[in-house]
Amino acid sequence: MSDHDYRPKSKVGQWFNDRLPLLTLANHLTDYPTPKNLNYWWTFGGILTFCLITQIITGLTLAMHYIAHADMAFESVEHIMRDVNYGWLIRYIHANGASMFFLAVYIHIFRSLFYGSYKSPREIIWIIGIIIYLLMMAAAFMGYVLPWGQMSFWGATVITNLFSAIPLVGEGIVTWLWGGYSVDNPTLTRFFTLHYLIPFLILGLVILHIWALHVPGNNNPVGIDIKKPSKDTVPFHPYIVIKDGFALLMFMIVFAFFVFYAPNILGHADNYIEANPMVTPAHIVPEWYLLPFYAILRSVPDKLLGVVAMLSAILILAVLPWLDTSKIRSAVFRPLYKQFYWILVADVLILGYMGAMPAEGLYLLIARVATAYYFLHFLVILPVLGFKEKTLPIPLSITEPVLGGSPNLAAARSKESKIE
Amino acid sequence: MKNLYKLFSIITIIIVSNSYSFAAEKVEYLKTDWSFKGLFGKFDRASLQRGYQVYTEVCASCHSMKYLSYRNLAEKGGPEFSEVQAKAIAASFDVTDGPNSDGEMFTRPGKLSDKFVMPYENVKAAQAANGGAYPPDMSVLVKARGGGVDYIYSLLQGYEEAPSNVSLDDGVYYNKYMYGNKIRMAAPLSEGLVEYGDGTSATVEQMSKDITTFLMWSAEPHLEARHQMGFKAIVYLIILTTLVYFSMKKIWSRVKSEV
Repeated sequence: MSDHDYRPKSKVGQWFNDRLPLLTLANHLTDYPTPKNLNYWWTFGGILTFCLITQIITGLTLAMHYIAHADMAFESVEHIMRDVNYGWLIRYIHANGASMFFLAVYIHIFRSLFYGSYKSPREIIWIIGIIIYLLMMAAAFMGYVLPWGQMSFWGATVITNLFSAIPLVGEGIVTWLWGGYSVDNPTLTRFFTLHYLIPFLILGLVILHIWALHVPGNNNPVGIDIKKPSKDTVPFHPYIVIKDGFALLMFMIVFAFFVFYAPNILGHADNYIEANPMVTPAHIVPEWYLLPFYAILRSVPDKLLGVVAMLSAILILAVLPWLDTSKIRSAVFRPLYKQFYWILVADVLILGYMGAMPAEGLYLLIARVATAYYFLHFLVILPVLGFKEKTLPIPLSITEPVLGGSPNLAAARSKESKIE
Repeated sequence: MKNLYKLFSIITIIIVSNSYSFAAEKVEYLKTDWSFKGLFGKFDRASLQRGYQVYTEVCASCHSMKYLSYRNLAEKGGPEFSEVQAKAIAASFDVTDGPNSDGEMFTRPGKLSDKFVMPYENVKAAQAANGGAYPPDMSVLVKARGGGVDYIYSLLQGYEEAPSNVSLDDGVYYNKYMYGNKIRMAAPLSEGLVEYGDGTSATVEQMSKDITTFLMWSAEPHLEARHQMGFKAIVYLIILTTLVYFSMKKIWSRVKSEV
């Protein structure tokens, strides 16, 4: 890498950099050669970093006013909404920020699935990403408990009760998690502690995620290995910075719409009723971003197997680099995979929808078929496809099509891999 | 692209078929034009003041509003009573304070900083006085119900004679908008129940609208500030996005010429 040769111009800079090479790092980050054909689906990494930092800053502010106590939590949230200066703004950014975070992470994950970004040599980036995703779900779930509304309380009861499915020790584990014999004050205080801790774990993992990314460099819409730096790349600054910035601003417009004009539309009305252990809501539903997994959980008749299915649905992603046997990364050159990819997207959306519906009749049947297909996609279709699929010829470099390479490249280029 | 269309048609089919299957059991809420909806939505000040009157003369005998203080009545974006009016309103309530230097609790007239006085000491007392049903706190009620303001507005006007196939216990009433149609609250409003100071005729419809507007404000006291800031924020973002877009095009034009 060329940035090893970097030397600061000033004497002071050199003195400092010899002792702590922060300037070398800064130089590496600005010069970092990035494929120039990255499309807008690649901007979500930057957007996610923004989401994390927004959540941390608003979360810290909320924590200064929030009281983690079963008798006072709900009231303290109302205090934030009413009496804290711009408390309503901070809380609505934080609550909707969670949804925006998940929206962005799903786009980011499905971008990776489409362009095969999880494949060699990027498996570690991918696995760190899955761990981040798991931690995000834990953080979001615990965060949803903190306002101590009805959905907070009963959501916490349902999810923690899943651990009781573990044979022999299940009940004991649940009591241990609760810190008592039901979800109560000890549960709330530990959830608050963990909700405060997890974002910083995520931040650490994000740094590793980016570090691991900077070793092989970005994948790209064509999915080929490129020489770096070369005619195929541009320096990160200013090219990618401004493009990420533009996409981030577009994202912020959507974000602002939710915060200012529909701040409660993604939440559940029951969470404005203070938690009451004596009254169970008619339908207990998680936040929208957990619905596909909730549908998988409920579509298995056995409790233990349901929990296993739900966890496997996420963990199966961690071994995806080895389940997908195809050598070709980008779906642009995989005509069959592309079809299956879109079916999977539809499948997950259907699962999400079924997760919001009562688990009965036709809904349950559709959820079961969709669950079966979800696993079929990863366990059967992907491994087999790698051997059976006839892929399109791939170009040798990103610039090749522009310079008039082989004719089939024009077809590939016209669809997914826009060249800037 | 073709796949994308397929995907969207699948989703559309699911959603449409679902809304059909539920159409039979779902009741259409009554609609009215809420001044606080929309990009620049603001509260109707007079309606908020009338709504407060309905609350305090009718609802407050059973329903608490424990997150509101009397000072809120004079704050910007709310009913905006003058400070003198708000002080007079607060002073008309007896507030228990203490203990004093003798260790005794005592009663004094309310102050602006006091929370709304609750009709009952606690939930149990409220239940005991209402045949076991707890009249919910109304501070955030419109946000705590699925249909929001439309639901509350409809519910207040939804009392009817029960159909012959529905049998009602003592102290249970029939309401066509209530979940399950059975409600423990008797119809709270009737024509001319309150006498509005501004001469507005107190029909059930008018009172329902006023109290619902008041409840929307009590649940979202900063709604006006939110709408105003939202508009500014979004306009700012759109202008900035446009500028950044052109900067981006300029910067990236260098790459095209190079290739």
